[in-house]
Amino acid sequence: MANNPDDKEYYLDKPENIDRLLKVFYVICALLFVADFVVHRHTKVALEEFPAFYAIFGFVAFVVLVIGSIALRKLIMRKENYYDVDD
Amino acid sequence: MWMTDLPPFVPFFLAAALALFTRGPVQGAIMLAAPLLGGLHLWFNVPVDVVYSLPVLEYQLLLMRTDQLSLVFGYIFHIAAFVLVVYTLHLKDRLQHVAGLVYAGSAMGATFAGDLITLFIFWELLAVSSVFLIWANRTANATQAGIRYLIYQVLSGVLLLAGALIHYHHTGSLAFDFIGLENPGGWLILLAFGIKCAFPFLHTWLTDAYPASTHTGAAVLSVFTTKVAIYALARGYPGTDILIYIGAIMACFPIFYAVLENDLRKVLSYSLINQLGFMVCGIGIGTALSLNGAVAHAFSHILYKSLLFMSMGAVMYRVGHTYASDLGGLYKSMPKTAVLCIIGAASISAVPLFSGFVAKSLVMTALLEQGQLIVWLMLLFASAGVLHHAGIKVPFFAFYAHDSGIRTKEAPVNMLVAMFIAAVLCVLIGSQPQYLYSILPWEMDYWPYDVTHVLAQLQLLFFAALAFVWMEIKGYAPPELHSTNLDAEWFYRKLLPAGVRRGLAFLRDAKESARAAATSSLHGIRSSFSQSSIAKYHFAESWPTGSMVFWISAILAAYLLLGIFG
Repeated sequence: MANNPDDKEYYLDKPENIDRLLKVFYVICALLFVADFVVHRHTKVALEEFPAFYAIFGFVAFVVLVIGSIALRKLIMRKENYYDVDD
Repeated sequence: MWMTDLPPFVPFFLAAALALFTRGPVQGAIMLAAPLLGGLHLWFNVPVDVVYSLPVLEYQLLLMRTDQLSLVFGYIFHIAAFVLVVYTLHLKDRLQHVAGLVYAGSAMGATFAGDLITLFIFWELLAVSSVFLIWANRTANATQAGIRYLIYQVLSGVLLLAGALIHYHHTGSLAFDFIGLENPGGWLILLAFGIKCAFPFLHTWLTDAYPASTHTGAAVLSVFTTKVAIYALARGYPGTDILIYIGAIMACFPIFYAVLENDLRKVLSYSLINQLGFMVCGIGIGTALSLNGAVAHAFSHILYKSLLFMSMGAVMYRVGHTYASDLGGLYKSMPKTAVLCIIGAASISAVPLFSGFVAKSLVMTALLEQGQLIVWLMLLFASAGVLHHAGIKVPFFAFYAHDSGIRTKEAPVNMLVAMFIAAVLCVLIGSQPQYLYSILPWEMDYWPYDVTHVLAQLQLLFFAALAFVWMEIKGYAPPELHSTNLDAEWFYRKLLPAGVRRGLAFLRDAKESARAAATSSLHGIRSSFSQSSIAKYHFAESWPTGSMVFWISAILAAYLLLGIFG
């Protein structure tokens, strides 16, 4: 597999570049958050009128999903060859 | 070109027959011609309301019946079939080529079937042809997964046939139109469709078999079986309330598995069920907007889901596996595949300007219009979940994350071309949705791009991604581990075999102890008899064979005498 030794330095190999990208990402997040208070939105349900509803929902949903998965893993995780073994 | 009422499966079956006896470029040309010519013919020459029936004995098999619903699915199946043929051109495996063509043709047959018996025939052909894409992996695991897959698929067909006959008994019609749940036959047919559509608890054939299939097989499988089921549901059960809730569950539960699963092709399999959930939900609501949403979602989903499966197929082909824990940094070796995968990921995550956004919006808006707030929240939760497993996890762990040190080659040219076509279509549909909307079967007035909607979607996605970044940096994210995660298949892969083993062991023990009890009492009778006073007369204990022959002769002689003198 490693037939062409790769000594090239890639953009993402440098931690400072990743930091730079993340900073851009944080700025976009902040702008999106603020945009909610600037732009007039046409909402369908009352829930949507809650300030930055979608931003908060997205963040919380993601965290709930990951925490739920970790809890689920305790319940359902078995060794990889679980089904191969006869008891 | 050719007749308007030529059933669309015919070119595929012809090509499959020809592919049996050809090889190399000729075979490739034949395989490309089937979806290309068939698709162009369907687009330019075939209007709605074409009917073609074939009399078999006393029965008319409706092999072709077009309306806008079947045509839309026909278009996308042809596009996908063409892309997939390009994707598999490098393969030198006649079995997979022929099986793939028969499989795609069966999907066309089922899509244009006008009656339930024709549907049943192609339903079973779908099952029998597709299993070879799993078996073609030629490993013990693939063989067994294929058998389990086939059992589910054939069971679905049997239920469909039984349901069709009961439906006929109640309604006097075998037409494949609205079926509903008025009679028991309708329930059986719903169950049959539900198996193929991976309803909760009936879904494990999918997550079991797709990751076990060949590197190209998973992409092919991801297109047809489940979307034929979506088409069948949209035709037979629009506006059936129970589908709203089934769809909502389907959208939510698989994302937890997708977070935990290590094999990225299995992640995509769970993600596939999640996507089907949105479509099933849209069918359940049953308004023009939501049904269009289900169809548009199926249309764009076929492209981005096969794109994702194709990119993982390319990784599988080059690296040999798709375990997230052992991959990473592949963008250095496969930069083009990485970019194409990210386009698929952006599409499935419904990033504005990509195809998922313009399709998913329809169902979501329809839910709000119908006041289904809880279900809407569930699907919104599922949307954030999609971003995790399909949008971030698949491209991130395969191509970025920590560098695994794996250095390999870029995917073969034909694979890249196929993925490129799919990616272009994803962007085209996403940025120019009017073309897709114009071919949808129902009338609607909807446009997804307004400030409110785009802002809401961007907020949802960026803040979900922010949560991902935060949890990765803090180390809260669950690590990718080699493991098996228990699912409904536990019942028949663990409980049932264990139960059968226990049952057999119990019966064996029972037999042993019954025999021991019987023989010991016999021994007891014999020993007490041998101690009794009559034992000395040597009854049966030690009769010599000679004396037995003597007494038989005596009896026969007595019969003879009686016969002569009696």
